Amino acid sequence: MNQDNNLSIGPSPEQVLYANVLNKGMLIGLIILIVTFGLYVLGVVAPFIPLEKLSSYWHMNVHDYLTQLNIPNGWGWLTMLGYADFLNFIGVALLAGITILCYSAIIPSFLEKNDKIYLVLAVLEVIVLMAAASGLVSGGGH
Amino acid sequence: MGKCNILKPGLLVVVSLVVFAGTALATSSAETAALMPAGDHAWWFWPIVLFIVTFIMGILAVLGGVGGGVLFVPIISGFFPFHLDFVRGAGLLVALAGALAAGPGLLRSGLASLRLAIPVGLIASTCAIIGAMIGLALPTNVIQLSLGATILGICILMLTAKKSEFPDVPESDKLSSILKIYGVYREESTGETINWKIHRTPVGLCLFVIIGIMAGMFGLGAGWANVPALNLLMGAPLKISVATSKFLLSITDTSAAWVYMNQGCVIPMMVVPSLIGIMGGSFIGVSILKVVKPTFIRWMVIFILGFAGIKALSKGLGW
Repeated sequence: MNQDNNLSIGPSPEQVLYANVLNKGMLIGLIILIVTFGLYVLGVVAPFIPLEKLSSYWHMNVHDYLTQLNIPNGWGWLTMLGYADFLNFIGVALLAGITILCYSAIIPSFLEKNDKIYLVLAVLEVIVLMAAASGLVSGGGH
Repeated sequence: MGKCNILKPGLLVVVSLVVFAGTALATSSAETAALMPAGDHAWWFWPIVLFIVTFIMGILAVLGGVGGGVLFVPIISGFFPFHLDFVRGAGLLVALAGALAAGPGLLRSGLASLRLAIPVGLIASTCAIIGAMIGLALPTNVIQLSLGATILGICILMLTAKKSEFPDVPESDKLSSILKIYGVYREESTGETINWKIHRTPVGLCLFVIIGIMAGMFGLGAGWANVPALNLLMGAPLKISVATSKFLLSITDTSAAWVYMNQGCVIPMMVVPSLIGIMGGSFIGVSILKVVKPTFIRWMVIFILGFAGIKALSKGLGW
């Protein structure tokens, strides 16, 4: 074991900052997901796919599912937020997007510390995740 | 003591019965559903079965020391009527939610290392995008077949891989020294202060190329591969490896989850019951961890995974 006495026990400030942003974002995302799902199953807001017909579609591959139901892919769900099933995507998107926020929050810390390598790595991670989120890189579908 | 003796086997019997009853019910109903396109059940039937099965999965995942995603994809794709595209999308979101929920605590405790996770996460998340793209482009039977082979490989890994609590790292390699990947934590069980560092960083980072691709391709999460890579290969202490691996999933699975989401592979009626089920089961799992025998549960998890792997192989072969 390395016995470096200069090290201190406990997380670095940027690690704590990351944890705080993650905690808040995760809680908000989960609460939104549970609330919107409640609106969906309790029938408070009408869904795009009637609940009793949903089981006729979920055995299809994603291409047939989207084509038969005329559902847009990518960020097209934003245009369908009037339907209960698509309301659930807000929570899902928040959960999938929180890591981008966490990285964005710690970038100034690396800049302040002049930690160039980790600054570059964090910026690259944000670019990679933003590219995935934007739909610029996507699968072919079946 | 006597009460505990009755509780342990009783609990195991109940868990086992519910798992097998759930999968049997799912299998028979999946076959029925295949014959009747609209299905023979009320709309709420499958979400409720999904919730029950994922709840049990959550318990087993904690007790068996595996992530929820690795159980979710093979079992749900093998025994439920959902297409693999949606199962993988849900699997990634289930693994992601678990990692997001655990992340803040692991980071604050200092057990998860952000400095270790950032370079590894960049490689794994980039490759997970590639894996997701490959996974969505390949025919379903090829993915089923590869998934089955991978799951059986994971079983072998679980049976054979050793763990090292404090691996011997004589000297940091150059790359990890430049990246300043080292740290110190207090081992609560002994009160000792442990200084740690890693080695073989370039090889370890290369391994995360494969881990990222597999995570994205199958929607499995990647804890099963992260821990051996960080612990056995790179030499991080077991606790640091487990915690960093769990946190790492929140980065790796995010990129792949976006690809699946943008392709339309998210059905909320599958995702939300699974997510709540796994998370609820995990809470129960943590609370009964002291009562049950983890070794037995681990064997049970390997058995269930093996069964699901064979089922995936047979589905891929069209049997």
